[in-house]
Amino acid sequence: MSEPAGLIGAMRLVVRRELTLAWRRWDEVTQPLIFYLVVTTLFPLATTPELAVLRTVGGGVVWVAALLSSLLALESVFRSDVEDGTMEQWVLSGQPLAWLLLAKVVAHWVMTGLPLVLVSPAVAAALGLPGSVWPVIVTSLALGTATLSVLGGIGAALTVGVRRGSVLLSLLVLPLAMPLLVFGARSVEQSLAGQSAAGPLQLLAAMFFLAWSLGPLAMSAAMRISVEG
Amino acid sequence: MTVAAAALETRAINAWRGDRHVLEDLSFSVAAGECCKVTGPNGVGKTTLLRVLCGLLVPESGEALWRGRPVSGLDADYSAELAYLGHANALKTDLTARENLKYLVGVRRTLAAIEIDGALDRVGIVDCADLPVRVMSAGQRRRLSLARLWLWPAVLWILDEPATNLDAAGLTLVESLIRDHLERGGVAVVAAHQRLLDNDARVRRLELE
Repeated sequence: MSEPAGLIGAMRLVVRRELTLAWRRWDEVTQPLIFYLVVTTLFPLATTPELAVLRTVGGGVVWVAALLSSLLALESVFRSDVEDGTMEQWVLSGQPLAWLLLAKVVAHWVMTGLPLVLVSPAVAAALGLPGSVWPVIVTSLALGTATLSVLGGIGAALTVGVRRGSVLLSLLVLPLAMPLLVFGARSVEQSLAGQSAAGPLQLLAAMFFLAWSLGPLAMSAAMRISVEG
Repeated sequence: MTVAAAALETRAINAWRGDRHVLEDLSFSVAAGECCKVTGPNGVGKTTLLRVLCGLLVPESGEALWRGRPVSGLDADYSAELAYLGHANALKTDLTARENLKYLVGVRRTLAAIEIDGALDRVGIVDCADLPVRVMSAGQRRRLSLARLWLWPAVLWILDEPATNLDAAGLTLVESLIRDHLERGGVAVVAAHQRLLDNDARVRRLELE
């Protein structure tokens, strides 16, 4: 009866656990989405309702708001598991920690990153961006937020034992996230100008693959340092 | 792997917490069927010692050996034989008792629903199986984390204050749990300040000062 759980089975269990928890704490999980919607709505109020002007800054606004709201959500991604002792049990579970953390980050992105991506066409429309750029916005945000989930996961694993870790996390992760912001906003801008956005999108995709292939190893190394502290 | 060879040994462990030298040249060994009860006042380094034994903390010098090999939290073979009950219960308050066991133990081994019910029954909280842990008392939570010990077929138990928040019946439960484990040839290291397992020849005391 007591065969060891397979790696895939264990990862699936971690994802299911995260989704169950998110379902029971939906008010907490929807906060980044609300933040995203509020920030993007405030922009036209504070600047100008002129669509022609909004259109020129729209791509940047969408991207900055998505970046900050993702970062907001990432701060606490591992906190409760470390504080309640679950992480220690994962470290000692005999399963590779990198894969368990990867599963956790996937679940986290599904709950916080994916909703941002899905509502972004509506936000883009509100900022006067034409329908022709929506596919680029959705693609670039999907790649960008997923990459950021891993970068933020590394930072969160490092700072989880630190009080007031959120400021430290921003200082650690934002410099690494700058290329995402630059190329993400650039892809929207190029698409808006009627040019092909393939170049910046491919760079985003390259960063995505780099982060998701090496990131879990860095996350697990960082988590070990935090748990052993 | 034979259980007969199961033994835990430490050699001159030194560990600091901040600038305090909590473990000084600590050497001891625990053989199969034996329990080492670690006692001492609060803050003396009991938890530090247990974390070193788990491989969660690397001591400044010295080493802990399991079956003659240095322990490490990275070692899947060692983890497979180890059950660690920390002072934190590793429970999610938004999940039910049953779900907590399913998700925590399930990462380690495949688990049938009937086994979970059996374990909950054994620790006397089967009535709370579908209640969120949020509404359970501190003692019930501790019992729930003890239930993991039934579900993990570990040879080495490292228990940090297993009887915290437990009533008299709970204390007896922990004692019988550990006795059964020793009966099967298991090894246990238990940090405790209660009068746990006081009159048992298989239990050796390790007093930290």
